[in-house]
Amino acid sequence: MKSYREATARQRLAAMLDAGSFTEFLPPQLRVTSPHLHQLDAPVSFDDGVVVGSGLLAGRRVFVAAQEGSFMGGAVGEVHGAKLTGMLQRAVVEGVDAVLLLLETGGVRLHEANAGLIAVSEVMRAVLDARAAGVPVVALVGGSNGCFGGMGIVARCTDGVVISEEGRLAMSGPEVIETAGGVEEFDARDRALVWRVTGGKHRYLIGDAQEIVADDIDAFGAAALRLVDAARAAGTALTLEGLEAEHALLADRLARFGACDDPLEIWDGLGIAAPRQVPLLETDAFRELAAAHRLGVQP
Amino acid sequence: MSAEPRNWSTQRANREARLARAHARLGGALQGKIVETGLARELLHTVIESGDRVCLEGNNQKQADFLARTLAALDPAIVHDLHMLQSVLALPEHLDVFDKGIASRVDFSFSGPQAGRLAKLASSGKLNIGAIHTYLELFGRYFIDLTPKVALVAAQAADRHGNLYTGPNTEDTPAIVEATAFKSGIVIAQVNEIVDVLPRIDIPSDWVDFVIPAPTPHYIEPLFTRDPALISEIQVLMAMMAIKGIYAEYQVERLNHGIGFDTAAIELLLPTYAASLGLKGKIGRNWALNPHPALIPAIEAGFVETVHSFGSELGMEDYVRARPDVFFTGPDGSMRSNRAYSQMAGHYACDMFIGSTLQIDLQGNSSTATLGRISGFGGAPNMGADARGRRHASAAWLKAGREARAGKNTIPRGQKLVVQMVETFREHMQPAFVERLDAWQLAEQAKMAIPPVMIYGDDVSHILTEEGIANLLLCRTDEEREQAIRGVAGYTPVGLGRDKRMVENLRDRGIVRRPEDLGIDKRLATRDLLAAKNMKDLVRASGGLYQPPKQFRNW
Amino acid sequence: METLRFDLTGGTRSLAGAQLVGVVGSGNLEVLIEHQDLGGGCEVEISTAAHGFGTIWEAVVRDFHARWQLADARIAINDMGATPAVVSLRLDQAAELTTGSTGDAP
Repeated sequence: MKSYREATARQRLAAMLDAGSFTEFLPPQLRVTSPHLHQLDAPVSFDDGVVVGSGLLAGRRVFVAAQEGSFMGGAVGEVHGAKLTGMLQRAVVEGVDAVLLLLETGGVRLHEANAGLIAVSEVMRAVLDARAAGVPVVALVGGSNGCFGGMGIVARCTDGVVISEEGRLAMSGPEVIETAGGVEEFDARDRALVWRVTGGKHRYLIGDAQEIVADDIDAFGAAALRLVDAARAAGTALTLEGLEAEHALLADRLARFGACDDPLEIWDGLGIAAPRQVPLLETDAFRELAAAHRLGVQP
Repeated sequence: MSAEPRNWSTQRANREARLARAHARLGGALQGKIVETGLARELLHTVIESGDRVCLEGNNQKQADFLARTLAALDPAIVHDLHMLQSVLALPEHLDVFDKGIASRVDFSFSGPQAGRLAKLASSGKLNIGAIHTYLELFGRYFIDLTPKVALVAAQAADRHGNLYTGPNTEDTPAIVEATAFKSGIVIAQVNEIVDVLPRIDIPSDWVDFVIPAPTPHYIEPLFTRDPALISEIQVLMAMMAIKGIYAEYQVERLNHGIGFDTAAIELLLPTYAASLGLKGKIGRNWALNPHPALIPAIEAGFVETVHSFGSELGMEDYVRARPDVFFTGPDGSMRSNRAYSQMAGHYACDMFIGSTLQIDLQGNSSTATLGRISGFGGAPNMGADARGRRHASAAWLKAGREARAGKNTIPRGQKLVVQMVETFREHMQPAFVERLDAWQLAEQAKMAIPPVMIYGDDVSHILTEEGIANLLLCRTDEEREQAIRGVAGYTPVGLGRDKRMVENLRDRGIVRRPEDLGIDKRLATRDLLAAKNMKDLVRASGGLYQPPKQFRNW
Repeated sequence: METLRFDLTGGTRSLAGAQLVGVVGSGNLEVLIEHQDLGGGCEVEISTAAHGFGTIWEAVVRDFHARWQLADARIAINDMGATPAVVSLRLDQAAELTTGSTGDAP
């Protein structure tokens, strides 16, 4: 067991991909750093906080990106975003088996203002373009910073999300919700609440994540490949039928659970016998329990 | 000439008078010893007299918070100039009593979160500090010249007779109550609940005068919980050095760990690194220690045989209950802690103390004093001092004593290992090694007689940093001692000021040892060596018995 | 950001390729080490968010050079307030990866 959460972006890729198979695009020695951060006299990183490149996963040719959560919270700046977009575009040109996005990020890098916003929207378009061209794109979420902001949206634009119990996936961050809605609405310091609402188990149960794994790099890789194969079988391109089905699922979800105050009520509504036990279950036991109740599973 | 015969029972008479006043005032609201919650203020106004010595249970962990709030709400026209006796000034109310003129003098041991405000009140003259003590010193004075007249304590439960159950967080209560009850004092306890039958009796009702059900359970601070996720690689390296360079070297079986992440790293390395060195059963067997969650893996792995505790630790109650072979528990199954006895055990029955600090000077004096804060000492000096009254021998004690006296013409005696463990730079690149402790300046600022030193240099046996271990026992001159300290002070100005040739010589003699001298491969110093890397791992290691407090978990 | 530069000479150990070690997080740093033809010299360039610690950086870098004696090497650092202990650790890690050895004990 090698902890995904504890590893750096580079360590995750080194451990997940087949030994020695990784080639980095725009490696750090090229020093493609953020011009905005330089201007602000802020610290830069030689890879602007994201590692992109090609490699083999169980012999399959994949392009990968891994965000470094320790650098500016993994937030996306102009260069960082351009690396993601360029990699996705090149994936289409080269017709790789899949793209894996190891996401750990707070979303847009506010220091870079509009450049950061544009960068994230370009990533969104590039993900959808790759899918339209038949390249499966899978998101992996398991770092301690979670996957938030515009990148949370990106994650849900992919063919599927692999998440761990410790991973978090959302748009607005907990502090933002508390500031906007007040502490009675959402207490950002209530860590148990934050993980109930944005954490992997909840995301898996309500259909926002399609695979849940233990905090183990190999498990993440294996689950990602399962989602890649499922996407190839079902077709990666968005279809009208697919979107309508998604809208129906979301409408149904809102109708059934829109009035709930806490995920415990949602899990109860899903038919889970002992909702309070859910956070305490180990991953395998949780997955077994969830099988009969979780949303988003095709009948 | 015949003089008036002396009245030898003035204290007893005064006590009777106070009790009579209380009975008269409260009437039917007093059921045996049990006072209605809403009449707490009335009671205190009635039984406390201005100028009294009042011992309020502000411990390191447990707080008689309802009584503290009630005391701070008294009318200073009725009760004023109290002399407060307290282990710890922890709550804002503990200092409000001085702001409001209810109390004017204090003798205490530790102030933690209130250290800044305490300094301001002292300098403004609203508060007179008698002295700052260690816990054991303060308890000792309760029996000599600082006996409380009124004790305000906290207990988990009382029965209708007034017997008290203090349970896992018994802490300072027995020492406080014994001194007060047996010198005609008044003992008042706030309790979380009144029950028909207590799990066990920790304080007999004979020693208790009033019991008040508190509106909310008394506050307990989870001070000794350390999230393994926050332990760094440097701390892992230092823990490896401690285990191989000191624990194994001296065969340390009986010990106390000071609070902090450095010692938590050692605890988490026992089942992994120490086990790989074949040290199970040879080190870390008997502990004077609170039930640290970080110790769970070492207990489960069979390293730890016994633990006696100063207090409990929130969330550990069920785990302790399930491990009575290790912890001190009553026939009812719950733990009994006792700060006074544990401090005594740490002083006399342990062979090593190891703890962290903020500053060390060129003689090895160690201080946590910082400007603008009067924080005090707590219990560390009791553990972190050679026990000169000790007589029984152990291998570690004899070896340390031999090293300290080799070549000297003195009678042989043993010595306690007192290890100060610190990274050379603290947060914000503050050096841990200094020429002159901030304690000197604080002493001037706060008008103290001497600078507040936590551990004196002549008690320190070893200083351990990421650069290496300095064995001060083997130093024979002040100069050797100074260079040994500089030799592990890294790139701090003190470290950069070393005499390189002298330090090399000290290294040849084994007085300064670097990780490579100890045969430690620095590449192994990663978080992967920790037996638990996060709170969930600790819970798993405990078989689900450990329940971390809310702020430590995300589930 | 403060920029520091040290040019070291007398090195004998060469290295191949390039390696990046560490991350630019609070209390941490990244070290990029690569082969560069410098006539045998070793160049160390540091960009640090913590100002005024030049003396300490110099001591750390010189001790590193005494351990490793790298030649034709370019080292670039982005630092966010790491302590000298962490800096030395990362430098040693980077050197080990590029030379495949463990350096000389000081």
